[in-house]
Amino acid sequence: MYIIVVGGGRVGYYLTKALLDEGHEVLVVEKNATICENINEEMGSVCIRGDGCEAATLAEVGTDRADMLIAVTGDDEDNLVACQVAKHKFNVPRTIARIRNPENETIFKKLGIDVTVSSTNVILEHIEEEVPTHPLTHLLEIRDKGLEVVEVKVPAESTTVGKPVKELRLPSGSVLCLIIRKARKPTVPAANTILQAEDQVIAVTPHESEEALRTALRGT
Amino acid sequence: MGCGRVGARLAGLLAADRHTVTVLDTDAYSFRRLPPDFSGTALVGNGLDEEALKRAGIEGADAFVAVTQGDNRNVMAAQIAKHIFSVPKVVCRIYDPLRRDLYSSLGLEAISPTTVFAEILKEKLEG
Repeated sequence: MYIIVVGGGRVGYYLTKALLDEGHEVLVVEKNATICENINEEMGSVCIRGDGCEAATLAEVGTDRADMLIAVTGDDEDNLVACQVAKHKFNVPRTIARIRNPENETIFKKLGIDVTVSSTNVILEHIEEEVPTHPLTHLLEIRDKGLEVVEVKVPAESTTVGKPVKELRLPSGSVLCLIIRKARKPTVPAANTILQAEDQVIAVTPHESEEALRTALRGT
Repeated sequence: MGCGRVGARLAGLLAADRHTVTVLDTDAYSFRRLPPDFSGTALVGNGLDEEALKRAGIEGADAFVAVTQGDNRNVMAAQIAKHIFSVPKVVCRIYDPLRRDLYSSLGLEAISPTTVFAEILKEKLEG
């Protein structure tokens, strides 16, 4: 695939490295001359100095034959414009924008960007996972369906310990997929599986039922 | 949005014509450019932020103008005003003529001072 990366900062740098390793043809567009030189010295001539939001620059690097454009500068508005120019002027089939303000996710979607990655949200989620007392952890988002794969820990003091799965008042649309116990052996829960203290439950749930699912599994 | 020379002047003119005007800028210091008798509201906030826009009253606005120094900021704010808040009249400044042409073709009302001013200069010179 021919992939254009806009922004050669830290994210752009490591992204380019990874994409090159996977065997893709990659071109980085970066405004800063020093950053450009460093990338070219290290990875071969893969970086062009210029403004990735400018149609002229994008034309120069053959954006019309690009399969994908990924905008990873530190400014949301620049990433938006780079993706929109790529999409509307050069018909790039897939555009991906990094966003820093998580609220921009819906805006970008409405404005036609195919995929957004919120660095802030990604960091938050990872930290969340590392907080041992955190009751519910987001593992994966199934975006186009509005679903999430989450992990809920059942602490010993939960009122649900000792109850069979069928007696839990799960919100509609939520499904329990796996229960992981101390022995590390994951089991698929059945209606009469009894919840035990320290169970880790992996479930799929709609966004809006997250809280209800947590209450169903941990009691009040 | 944007209380630079153009923004401040435009806000002053509109307020003098008895329109209800709110100026949004990230830097309170830029409000010094507003005329002393400015009758509108000056608000510190980022025009790319939905909350700030709501505070500025975008939901009931008849018109939205984006004239910050950044083309991309103007483009993004104008699109938020138009597509998220459905403001009836949205105009923005885009210095880069190519970018202006692209967004015009996408239905955004945009003015490129670069093109306009170059044409005025050309006329002056050719008399």
